[in-house]
Amino acid sequence: VTRVRVLIRPKAGILDPQGQAVERALPALGFEGVANVHVGRLVELDVPDPARVPEMCEALLANPLIEEYSIERPDVDRPHQDAGRMPPGGNQS
Amino acid sequence: VKFGVVRFPGTCDDIDALRAARRVGEASLLWHADHDLSGIDAVIVPGGFSYGDYLRAGAIARFAPVMAEVERFARHGGLVLGICNGFQVLCEAGLLPGALLPNTTLRFVCRQVSLEVVNADTAWTRECAVGERLSIPAKHTTGRYYAPDPVLDELEEGGQVVLRYAAGHNFNGSARDIAGVCNAAGNVVGLMPHPEHAVDPLTGSVDGLKLFLSAARVPVA
Repeated sequence: VTRVRVLIRPKAGILDPQGQAVERALPALGFEGVANVHVGRLVELDVPDPARVPEMCEALLANPLIEEYSIERPDVDRPHQDAGRMPPGGNQS
Repeated sequence: VKFGVVRFPGTCDDIDALRAARRVGEASLLWHADHDLSGIDAVIVPGGFSYGDYLRAGAIARFAPVMAEVERFARHGGLVLGICNGFQVLCEAGLLPGALLPNTTLRFVCRQVSLEVVNADTAWTRECAVGERLSIPAKHTTGRYYAPDPVLDELEEGGQVVLRYAAGHNFNGSARDIAGVCNAAGNVVGLMPHPEHAVDPLTGSVDGLKLFLSAARVPVA
């Protein structure tokens, strides 16, 4: 079983009012100069065959007409990234 | 004409759709797990929040067993109307072009809108006249019609834009004021506003009845 993360975001050029709302809210809190904010979705899955994830994305997880997606395998691509989330003493992959 | 109204878990406008259809013909419910359409002549995919609208509106309903039958029915020329969430489901299923995005205001809006009939040759609008105004309520959060510009050009050229929001009524930010579209053959129509809520003078307008009447008067093959 492989842990997979699918990041889904609005396609470039499609109006993203959620991203705009967040972008407008940041300066009010003193965070100036932030641009190109986009709000997307994260889907985490344990899959038996990671090679089939793109197929899942095209069929269900994303709508390719309006969204683009990227697939990450946190355990393989960035093994230390999630160290903080592992149970104490655990170092299993 | 016998209408079949699809009910998914989370559908909420099925009863109004049944009542609207029964004003012009017979109508019965189809359950999401059904594997046949039990001899109906026209399918209505009504509004609501099928499967909680999880992931994306309509994304999961599209894979319901009954939708395989609806797709087959539609591809053989069967009459299908998608209303609101039903429109989202038909777009997700690829039976209609485009997609529905969150309203530009990000707000749920419920209001009476004025629609302009653009194509009166579809199975669901032939009782209307081109340019006619229909007063019909709309109520949704995810109703901004989107398709890439070249696709929008094709839709306009091919008569697939069926209804537009009249000037000042495009509250959700839909591309080119599009409120409803059809497939190339004109047997499948989808729209965000709710014609089934505009069939009784009690609620202010009976303009929605024209869509059901249009389908009821199509000669049954």
